[in-house]
Amino acid sequence: MIELSVNGEKHPVDVPPDMPLLWVLRDIVGLMGTKFGCGIAQCGACTVHLDGQAVRSCVLPVSAIGDRSITTIEGIGRSPAGQRVQKAWLDVDVVQCGYCQSGQIMSAAALLAQNPNPTDQDIDAAMSGNICRCGTYVRIRAAIKQAATGQLQVLQTVPAGAT
Amino acid sequence: MTAQVDRQRRRAIKLAGLSIGFVWLGSGKANAFINARRQTGDPEAAALDGNALFAPNAFIRIDALGPVRLVMPNVEMGQGIYTGTCAMLAEELGVGMDQIKVEHAPPNEALYGIPLLGGQVTGGSSSTRDHWGVLREAGAVARTMLVSAAAARWSVDPAECGVQRGVITHPKSGRKLAFGAVAKAAGALPMPAKVVLKERAAFTLIGKPLRRVDSADKVVGAAQFGIDARVPGMKIAAVKACPTRGGTLRSVDDKRARTVPGFIEVIKIDNAVAVVGEHYWAAKQGLDALDLDWDLGANQGLTTAKLIEAMAERSRNGAPILGRKVGNKPAGGRTVEALYQLPMLAHAPMEPLNTTVSVTTDLCEIWVGTQVPVRCVSAAAAITGLPESKVLLHNHYIGGGFGRRLETDSVEQAIKFAKQVKYPLKVIWSREEDIKHDLVRPMYYDRISAVLGTDGNPLWYGDHITSGTVLARWMPVAMGKEGLDDDVVECAAETPYDIPNLNVDWVRHDMPAGIDIGWWRGVGPTHNLFVVESFMDELAHAAGKDPIAYRKGLLGKSPRPLAILNLAAEKIGWGQVAMAPRVGRGVALGSPFGSHICVIVEVEVTPQGEVRLRRAVAVIDCGIAINSSSVDAQVQGGLLFGLSAALYSGITLQNGAVEQSNFHDYRNLRINEIPAVEVYRIDNSETPGGLGEVGTAIAAPALGNAIFAATGVRLRSLPVDRSLLVENAASLKSVVAGSADPQGLTRKGVSV
Repeated sequence: MIELSVNGEKHPVDVPPDMPLLWVLRDIVGLMGTKFGCGIAQCGACTVHLDGQAVRSCVLPVSAIGDRSITTIEGIGRSPAGQRVQKAWLDVDVVQCGYCQSGQIMSAAALLAQNPNPTDQDIDAAMSGNICRCGTYVRIRAAIKQAATGQLQVLQTVPAGAT
Repeated sequence: MTAQVDRQRRRAIKLAGLSIGFVWLGSGKANAFINARRQTGDPEAAALDGNALFAPNAFIRIDALGPVRLVMPNVEMGQGIYTGTCAMLAEELGVGMDQIKVEHAPPNEALYGIPLLGGQVTGGSSSTRDHWGVLREAGAVARTMLVSAAAARWSVDPAECGVQRGVITHPKSGRKLAFGAVAKAAGALPMPAKVVLKERAAFTLIGKPLRRVDSADKVVGAAQFGIDARVPGMKIAAVKACPTRGGTLRSVDDKRARTVPGFIEVIKIDNAVAVVGEHYWAAKQGLDALDLDWDLGANQGLTTAKLIEAMAERSRNGAPILGRKVGNKPAGGRTVEALYQLPMLAHAPMEPLNTTVSVTTDLCEIWVGTQVPVRCVSAAAAITGLPESKVLLHNHYIGGGFGRRLETDSVEQAIKFAKQVKYPLKVIWSREEDIKHDLVRPMYYDRISAVLGTDGNPLWYGDHITSGTVLARWMPVAMGKEGLDDDVVECAAETPYDIPNLNVDWVRHDMPAGIDIGWWRGVGPTHNLFVVESFMDELAHAAGKDPIAYRKGLLGKSPRPLAILNLAAEKIGWGQVAMAPRVGRGVALGSPFGSHICVIVEVEVTPQGEVRLRRAVAVIDCGIAINSSSVDAQVQGGLLFGLSAALYSGITLQNGAVEQSNFHDYRNLRINEIPAVEVYRIDNSETPGGLGEVGTAIAAPALGNAIFAATGVRLRSLPVDRSLLVENAASLKSVVAGSADPQGLTRKGVSV
């Protein structure tokens, strides 16, 4: 039995030690926001945080986690950086199909928590492990800058109820 | 559950019958499909809709309390159609985007079929084009009835009443009633024969940069994709089909797999095997531990080179089917000829294919994200032997379609596995399976030529296309009388250019059995715009003219394409500054899917042949924008999708098996590789055009033309072959030094 701390809650799980965290989250804990995209840490859809650090959960054996705390897309909104990122994501409306966006938001939130005002090169370095097939990168970059600086970057969307 | 299915089916039948009576009320196009007015009028049907008090058509459900429920005829796969659909309905209905709840449509051809595509299908960039009239009318019908009900209660003239945010008002008396308060009365009224739609100037939602209705769920990980379905008692399967396409499964030794913790069982179908586990990891570990014996079948010697060779032969000797002919090829003049060849492509949506199925003796229940729900139901009935009325399908958000989920192969496979077990089964394809067993975009082989007059302008152009046909398998009834697949010649047979004579024809060349081809974002236009727009650049070059000036000279009869070309040239500053060595700009222009798009791409080609995307300017004229933010997003994203494919993507075969397997060898642009993208939209009152595919369709020729401008190398096949772009032998020596940084993360220079 392994005990995981996910979004501040304890989850004892009875799983093989080599089972990647991704499948423990999805198939055992039942948190479906973290996505399966490639299984070989190429696309970043499965990104979660271990003690605030962005990691690819599809290749992370659950036995390697130890007592580090796990944060997923379901919990990231409780951190200041995560909250700012999610708000900016809505304001510029980054998402299209949305499948990769859990991972994109987790990578972006980790970046901003460690580097409050990233340059384009910092964004490239932190985000180049996350693939988006819909091609939302232009707005991802804008949303990260908006979340970092509070300054509006591109076209802002009209929220429901504003018209 | 079963009773519910029966009711659902009966409703469909009843409504199909009713539609005949209501067709005359329709909004122009007389057809048996979607209609703004269709009274359910059936207590059982109403129960299915959560006892909506008022359901004047297939799209709108109003209850006494709670939000207005809007049923989406199409599926959302990123293109923003749910938001656009809601805006069209809500605009005329008179509710705010915060007062609605979005529901996926059930499979029901009679209610949600799309005339343009012959069924309940989301594809072909057709949704907005097809629904622009009917959805606004549907909203107006509902509003008219609600107002009539309120006016009757107040004994006033309905014309004196207004509607705002779900409330009917009578300004003269100051009275107000919420929609819910008159929903029941409205439901008892007859359908209005005529409704008045808003003028464009009165729109409060349409045209604004609306926030997507699915964004809030998607940024917190709460949106339910097919892969997120969880059903009580469900087990999870990993699958492997015969690597050689068309091959079959001979035998399975599962001795090692049985030792995997969480392993449950092995199930087989004719060409694939699945391991079921307590979770996906157990299933995958079990699958990897199987010893499999395949009968590789007829394709085991097949290679891409052989496929291309066969196409070339067919191109020379096959009988062409005419696409379009105008005038005749003039004798004399200067002839320019070229040969273009395009590869197979995989879709690789971020959400790998998956289906969850429960099969019992009297019910087949399916949880999946699909672009073709009715086709899935039919397939399930055929496989299980159950009537279609005993198939219940729950559609989901789709994590990327790009045409892949217009197919039912993965759904059929999952049903074949699931009917062998006594529990609900979720089948998940690995990324490797997803790429190796895609229904790929067809290969194309084009011989294109032109005769130029003394002014360098084409007097005649001819495109001799050779390819397979998706349509002949996917919707055979849509094939032309002479056997033409219109999609294959789309954007080649008709161009914006004023060329007096032309001949576009097609030689049908079917792929070997087992090499199935499918729709891929941009379909025919993605192929033809690459060939035609690359060739237009070749002609400009042959004529010694600037590529934009040359095109302008041929656009005298095409004001909308001319306007976007002019704006794109202005925005990028075409011809304003001299380009540095190995930097170049390329333009491409086209009118796919009822819209007009022009893109200018600026690239830098390194001495080693790597292509750096510096800047892209796109101008789109899609007529009236439903959601201006979404127009921008679709052009940006579609363009990057097309650039990814042109730069990196090609599916190749060895021994009849796909050689690529995952995102390391089937590459996608990453954020550090994208250009700065600017999108400009022409604002006019033309009927809305399609958007989901236009950016993709125009990307490759702009890129190829930019590479030509930068290097003088004309690329006539894709993906980009970097070896052709190496400056000289000496420049390759630095490749080794640069290889420690394959993604160019530390590169300096271009800011994006």
